[in-house]
Amino acid sequence: MKIAIIDYSIGNVQSIFNALSLYDIEIVITSDKNTILDSDALILPGVGAYKRAMEELKKRDLPNTLSDFIKTGKPVLGICLGMQLLLETSQEFGASNGLGLVNGKVVKFSDKIKGKLPHVSWNSLLNASINWDDGLLDGISEEDDFYFVHSFICQPRDSKNILAYSNYGGENFCAVMQKGNIYGCQFHPEKSSKIGLKVLNNFIKISSK
Amino acid sequence: MHKFRLIGRIDINNENVVKGKCLEGLRKIGNPEEFASRYYKSGIDELVLMDAVASLYDRNSLIKILKETCKNVFIPITIGGGIRNLEDIQEALNAGADKVAINSQGLRDINFIKDAVRNYGSQAIIGSVVAREFRYSWEAFIDNAKHRSGVDAIDWAKILEDAGVGEIMVTSIDRDGRMKGFDSKLIKTVTESTKIPIIACGGAGSASDISSMINETNCDAVAISSILHYEHTSIEKLKDSLSKNGVQIRK
Repeated sequence: MKIAIIDYSIGNVQSIFNALSLYDIEIVITSDKNTILDSDALILPGVGAYKRAMEELKKRDLPNTLSDFIKTGKPVLGICLGMQLLLETSQEFGASNGLGLVNGKVVKFSDKIKGKLPHVSWNSLLNASINWDDGLLDGISEEDDFYFVHSFICQPRDSKNILAYSNYGGENFCAVMQKGNIYGCQFHPEKSSKIGLKVLNNFIKISSK
Repeated sequence: MHKFRLIGRIDINNENVVKGKCLEGLRKIGNPEEFASRYYKSGIDELVLMDAVASLYDRNSLIKILKETCKNVFIPITIGGGIRNLEDIQEALNAGADKVAINSQGLRDINFIKDAVRNYGSQAIIGSVVAREFRYSWEAFIDNAKHRSGVDAIDWAKILEDAGVGEIMVTSIDRDGRMKGFDSKLIKTVTESTKIPIIACGGAGSASDISSMINETNCDAVAISSILHYEHTSIEKLKDSLSKNGVQIRK
């Protein structure tokens, strides 16, 4: 079992590496096409600015590599900005194109929310009436809290791609998405204590199938 | 429902946890990795590791402590104290920190904060306000509360917000280490003058100190040290009391 963490100089890859190191799997931090295609699963991390992240991915020809990998049917998990990059466009600092692997867009929290931005806090998930068993959220309950830090939110076009919502300042937003073998979580599982590690362990289980 | 954050602040000097009163008279009280790991296991929501002296020697030992801590602590970690350039930030983030807290170098050159935000995103940059009360106002201090900056602390918070930081940590020098309650007036004035999340620091002596400060100020998180370091209470008991007082907190 080998998981590749995509290295494109954006985001805290060390923390994800440390979290995955708790499990008996091989982990590589890489941007090399062959190493990525040879892996059983991918994690796309990311924090910071959308546009710069896309530029860094393009510099390394990673949009094509990611698209080739997804065609193999093996699972991909985008974390935080990494999840947002999976969608088609973002409104952050004007408009930017994303990877377009899931239909939908990234928008800012609405002005109407009763809460400060960025949304920096531990927050719980709301079931989007999809069964969580045996998937990324296997064993997770609506009582569990995860660590979020973001001002922009994912809006997948097809609501069937939303696995869980979360609520901030009165607004429901997509916290976890899934489209076939493509997964994304807005929170940081590698920074969400034991319950976050459970989500990563679920991803490893999915990858071993 | 989003939760109020309980942050453990660990001040470090020469590979030791240190704590004083009013950021002075620092006493060695333990091993930082051991404190961090213990607080993590007891359910702290976040950790701040502060270089209390900020010498070059300490920077290297702090990075070493951070790297070790990140191997078994899976919650957000902030590094602060003596962050002077983008290389310092890069080094901290590479070692596993999620955020850095900046005060003195930002007061010397606000463009440093702007560059930091542009390079690493606002989520990675915490503006730090270290304030001492004077008769009718608060002044921002630099170099670990040793020197006056001549800048009004509330103005400094507003400047940090304008420069794009994601959060602001407000430390009251007068209340630090005394465990007799927060400077709620200071925290309230900052929360009313800004729109971004505010971390209150300095003075926590009990759960009721924390809950009454939350009721008075609309702050988003609290950073605590002495009350945990000297085992006046446990994180579990603190969270339990806060929850009973109606504060939304992670279980």
